Amino acid sequence: MYYGLSNFYQNHRRYVKSRDDSQLNGDNSSLLNPSKECEPYRINEDKPIAPCGAIANSMFNDTLELYRIDNDTRIPITLIKKGIAWWTDKNVKFRNPTGDGNNLTALFQGTTKPVNWPKPVYMLDSEPDNNGFINEDFIVWMRTAALPTFRKLYRLIERKNNLQPTLQAGKYSLDIAYNYPVHSFDGRKRMILSTISWMGGKNPFLGIAYITVGSICFFLGVVLLIIHHKYGNRNTSADIPN
Amino acid sequence: MGCAVILFPVLPILFIFLFFLQNNSIKTSKYNFFTFLPLNLFEQFQRIANAYFLFLLILQLIPQISSLAWFTTVVPLVLVLAVSGVKDAIDDFVRSILLTCTLDLSVCVQADLLLLSSSEPHSLTYIETAELDGETNLKVKQALTVTAELGEDLQKLTEFNGEVKCEAPNNKLDKFTGTLTLRGEKYALDNEKMLLRGCTIRNTEWCFGLVIYAGPDTKLMQNSGKTTFKRTSIDRLMNVLVLVIFAFLALMCLILAIGNGIWEYDKGYYFQVYLPWAEGVNSASYSGFLMFWSYVIILNTVVPISLYVSVEIIRLGNSFYIDWDRKMYYPLNDTPAQARTTTLNEELGQIKYIFSDKTGTLTQNIMCFNKCSINGKSYGDVYDMSGQRIEINENTEKVDFSYNQLADPKFAFYDHSLVEAVKLSDVPTHRFFRLLSLCHTVMPEEKKEGNLVYQAQSPDEGALVTAARNFGFVFRARTPETITIVEMGETKIYKLLAILDFNNVRKRMSVIVRSPEGDLTLYCKGADTILYELLHSSCDTLKEETTEHLNEFAGEGLRTLVVAYKNLDEDYFQEWIRRHHEASTALEGREDKLSELYEEIEKDLMLLGATAIEDKLQDGVPQTIETLAKANIKIWVLTGDKQETAMNIGYSCNLLNDDMEDVFIIEGSTSDDVLNELRNARKKMKPDSFLDSDEINIQFEKSSKKPKIIPDEQANGVYGLVITGHSLAYALEGNLELELVRTACLCKVVICCRVTPLQKAQVVELVKKYKKAVTLAIGDGANDVSMIKTAHIGVGISGQEGMQAVLSSDFSFAQFRYLQRLLLVHGRWSYIRMCKFLKYFFYKNFAFTLVHFWYGFFSGFSAQTVYDEWFITLYNLVYTSLPVLGMSLFDQDVDDRWSMLFPQLYVPGQQNLYFNKTVFVKCMLQGIYSSLILFFIPYGAMYNTMRSDGKAIADYQSFALMAQTCLLIVVSVQIGLDTSYWTVVNQFFIWGSLSVYFAITFTMYSDGMYLIFTASFPFIGTARNTLSQPNVWLAIFLSITLCVLPVVGFRFLKAQLKPTPSDKVRRYLIKPEILCSRTRRLRRTSTRRSGYAFSHQHGFGALIMSGRNMRPKSPFLATSIKSGPEKPVSWFGLI
Repeated sequence: MYYGLSNFYQNHRRYVKSRDDSQLNGDNSSLLNPSKECEPYRINEDKPIAPCGAIANSMFNDTLELYRIDNDTRIPITLIKKGIAWWTDKNVKFRNPTGDGNNLTALFQGTTKPVNWPKPVYMLDSEPDNNGFINEDFIVWMRTAALPTFRKLYRLIERKNNLQPTLQAGKYSLDIAYNYPVHSFDGRKRMILSTISWMGGKNPFLGIAYITVGSICFFLGVVLLIIHHKYGNRNTSADIPN
Repeated sequence: MGCAVILFPVLPILFIFLFFLQNNSIKTSKYNFFTFLPLNLFEQFQRIANAYFLFLLILQLIPQISSLAWFTTVVPLVLVLAVSGVKDAIDDFVRSILLTCTLDLSVCVQADLLLLSSSEPHSLTYIETAELDGETNLKVKQALTVTAELGEDLQKLTEFNGEVKCEAPNNKLDKFTGTLTLRGEKYALDNEKMLLRGCTIRNTEWCFGLVIYAGPDTKLMQNSGKTTFKRTSIDRLMNVLVLVIFAFLALMCLILAIGNGIWEYDKGYYFQVYLPWAEGVNSASYSGFLMFWSYVIILNTVVPISLYVSVEIIRLGNSFYIDWDRKMYYPLNDTPAQARTTTLNEELGQIKYIFSDKTGTLTQNIMCFNKCSINGKSYGDVYDMSGQRIEINENTEKVDFSYNQLADPKFAFYDHSLVEAVKLSDVPTHRFFRLLSLCHTVMPEEKKEGNLVYQAQSPDEGALVTAARNFGFVFRARTPETITIVEMGETKIYKLLAILDFNNVRKRMSVIVRSPEGDLTLYCKGADTILYELLHSSCDTLKEETTEHLNEFAGEGLRTLVVAYKNLDEDYFQEWIRRHHEASTALEGREDKLSELYEEIEKDLMLLGATAIEDKLQDGVPQTIETLAKANIKIWVLTGDKQETAMNIGYSCNLLNDDMEDVFIIEGSTSDDVLNELRNARKKMKPDSFLDSDEINIQFEKSSKKPKIIPDEQANGVYGLVITGHSLAYALEGNLELELVRTACLCKVVICCRVTPLQKAQVVELVKKYKKAVTLAIGDGANDVSMIKTAHIGVGISGQEGMQAVLSSDFSFAQFRYLQRLLLVHGRWSYIRMCKFLKYFFYKNFAFTLVHFWYGFFSGFSAQTVYDEWFITLYNLVYTSLPVLGMSLFDQDVDDRWSMLFPQLYVPGQQNLYFNKTVFVKCMLQGIYSSLILFFIPYGAMYNTMRSDGKAIADYQSFALMAQTCLLIVVSVQIGLDTSYWTVVNQFFIWGSLSVYFAITFTMYSDGMYLIFTASFPFIGTARNTLSQPNVWLAIFLSITLCVLPVVGFRFLKAQLKPTPSDKVRRYLIKPEILCSRTRRLRRTSTRRSGYAFSHQHGFGALIMSGRNMRPKSPFLATSIKSGPEKPVSWFGLI
């Protein structure tokens, strides 16, 4: 299950820059003194913002819930929220600050939440290995998209067994807790359900391109072969000007 | 004329010495240890490209604009500056060393001297001026009597106290005026008393002189023109292209800046919820303005900083090939070829005009008695048993002259029948050689018994006398009244009664001698055309036979002379000699009267035969000239020598031949004559060039003042042009210039004779000015310096005495024939390599940079880069530099043998076909196309897709990695396509660069690097996560195919439909047997007769008869043998 945004310029130069990797890597001095790149989301009310920067500040915070409607009863579909980020991001690039104990609230002492966020970073999730900077929703968001229209992995829906399809045919309902405004800049939100294969998600581009290019190659080959037969022997060695 | 007063104090010699040390050395080194860094940096930043990068660096320091990390510009800039700095330092070092030692080595006169005294009688000094004007005959200078008294007395010389007033330094070689005031008396000084820098003193033990001009003031240096910094046409084109690229860059930035303005206004303004505008930016247009500069920084790589330094490296490398070429190494005097300027190589592949000196360059300046015709029988050819003529080579058996103890061991002759004839005492043969030993103005010198050295006014005479000497008629000594000959071992003394000297009109000389038996005989030798008119009618049959032989000799390019004799009647002679005496003492019309008398007695001569002298060409000159002509190169010979000699050499080295429709001779002595002659010549060659409809005429109708380029015209046949220095002076004047260029360029061959060094330069300058062509000047002497400096490329013939030509040249080697290898092999390769390099270089940078441009449309024109910053830094310097260098150092379309066999392969270079503006536009289009592919294929492949485990792959970092991997593989494949000659090094560089890319990428994106330098390497894990995906590789493969497909298709089509000469030759290579069949012998055909090739001046006759140049006593007269007096040691050391 993905959420998609369009007309959202996550690849804008100033946007991409606006983060502090050291802070996100758990560096304590950067936590309290974020990089200047984060301006104007560096310090709020004289407290350093954690996580700082425009990327973090604009984190997508709608919640999506999927239900299957079976005889007017809503059966919630299990959505797995872990395992949606790159292993390297989760384990190397993003780390919580270190200090005495594992109490994130204490570790983030002295910082404030990003302006747009309703709650601080240490309250993103209840599970300790998915909270703070290593919250996977946060990590996914922080991996900025290359293009203004993008989709990001939101949740995984696991296939129970090989005999049944992941989502049976039937009626479903999607509950959206609308927190994230996009209207102001004419943005659009989407929810996408996609099955993946060894080639990744559904993208017909490569297939079509290969077929087209293959045909062109074949056609060109034939044409060049004809030309070669017609003209190739004309220029034999005899007529080298002397 | 301004007068400079030069006062000489009491110690002139010491003064001379000091003067030398101070002023005569030429300072060439630019830097010293301390000034190097600031001076070199300053110089480097003067280069437009480097200044531009400095500017970029400053831009990057402004935070609002900076779109790239500082290191992306600093690292390349520092590297580039370091490399060029080191190269400059080495160049400078090498140059300064060369000059100091070679100046010490040269032995000829090093300043313009006023001759004071010499060892010879009457203070005569013999000099050779070949270095100055190319003339090879001996000249005489004589000191003033007052100064001659000083002798070799050092005491007197040091006390010499005079005042010289002379004209200001000028470039007139044949003129000098001044006065010497000595003890209150004034003496006039003229050119006859001057020894000019560059001449070589001969036949003189010692001499003293007073330095008048030294260093740059000498006539020679005044003639050698200014040293200008030479640049190649590709350099100039490159500068234009860089400007074009700048304009293109500005245009792109403008488009993107406007785009940004619109975007910020339309979208960015509203997107401020998530991304507020930067501090201080309050309007969309201001943001656009800032973005313009940000994009300048990002897109700066279209003007690659490493371009110039790579070009330098390639040229340097190709120069080393020239230095190392064993086929251009001359083992006899251990002289390798040398690329003295390392920045002109590719120009060698574009030469269209060659300006060559004659003496020492085309010819060896050695005359050989080669053949003769005596009494209707021709000698000199060697036949085998079956009567077939054999080619003479090193293995041919030489005639054994051991019966003659006075023979010159260096003399070689191959026809044994002539010796037999001499030994059999054949009367005409004996008379023939007797004539050769008597009729001349040669001076003998015999320092050791039997070791004769001849000092001849012209090398021809020397050759004839040497021939007679070897065949047993040894000219041993002369006094004003006698000539001593050892005739077949028997000493005979002939009485010398008169010398009827040579001059330009008579074209003959005669002597009247009385033999010991008392017979009176006149011996005469001269040009065939002249002498044939003077023969007795009884010789008609002999005349015909001799004519046949003369034609044969001339056809082989030999210089011929006809010899004749006449027995004189005693009474008539007495009467004649009386009138001769009268005439020679007459005050009025002496010359006319004398020549009348001469004509009277030189009548009814009996023909003896003819001589044929070979002006020995350098090895392989005709073949070289033929090859160069096939390569469509026009050859102009510029020589200080006289017309006849020059034309003779023209024929013998196959420049001129009878296949030519006509050879025009321009020798008018007024401006109008010259104009008419030139116009007539052109009328014949291309009649319609006088029509009003002719393009060039139309062009001149609309004339503006500035010099225009004259396009090439085609004549209706093959023509030659010979122009004398005198006419040339008129032709080089303003309004005739154009006529000269148009007429001369219609001809295949142009020979300019009797030209001064400065005129040589003017001729070169003329062609440079009006023709869009690359010129090359080649010469060996100081008189060639000016043209060597003027031409686009100067070549010096090295390994001989004078070094001036070599010192001012760009390339040097020992033999003229190496020129074809230099041009056809090294030049062509350098040119092709440079062109391929530039094409590829521009292509790869366009493909690289323009991806940013396309990305701008998808990233809000925010100056976001597509690639990782480290990739941008390393792309030009590490990932792509070595493969392209490898190609530009090793590539060749066909190997050297084929390059030499098919000179027409050279033509595309002359027409500048491989790299010009069209080609550049093509590269640009290809680059744009590739960048589109490189952006949109990854775009399409990534759009709304994800990894096989559902995680992100459409993120910015993965996209960057994918695009840069595609790019690098595409440009590597492209270089593979461009390389036509694969070596291990090429393979290593290409595969190595790719591996290095992956190695560096994985390292930089590794956990370790991130944990150490968190801020610098944010791409952690991207390589692992992305390159493991199959669809990424599919996309990469697709982009490669799409980028390469049109190139391959287009090249294939071109090779099929419009093959270039090199395509054809390459297809031809499959049949190697042709290689053998194409090497054929060159056969000259010519029926031209040569003339009397003596000095243009009067002969030495008068000097000999007056006895002024005779030593009081000749030490080795055959009758009394005693040991000669000890000669003083040479005094040249001082001068």
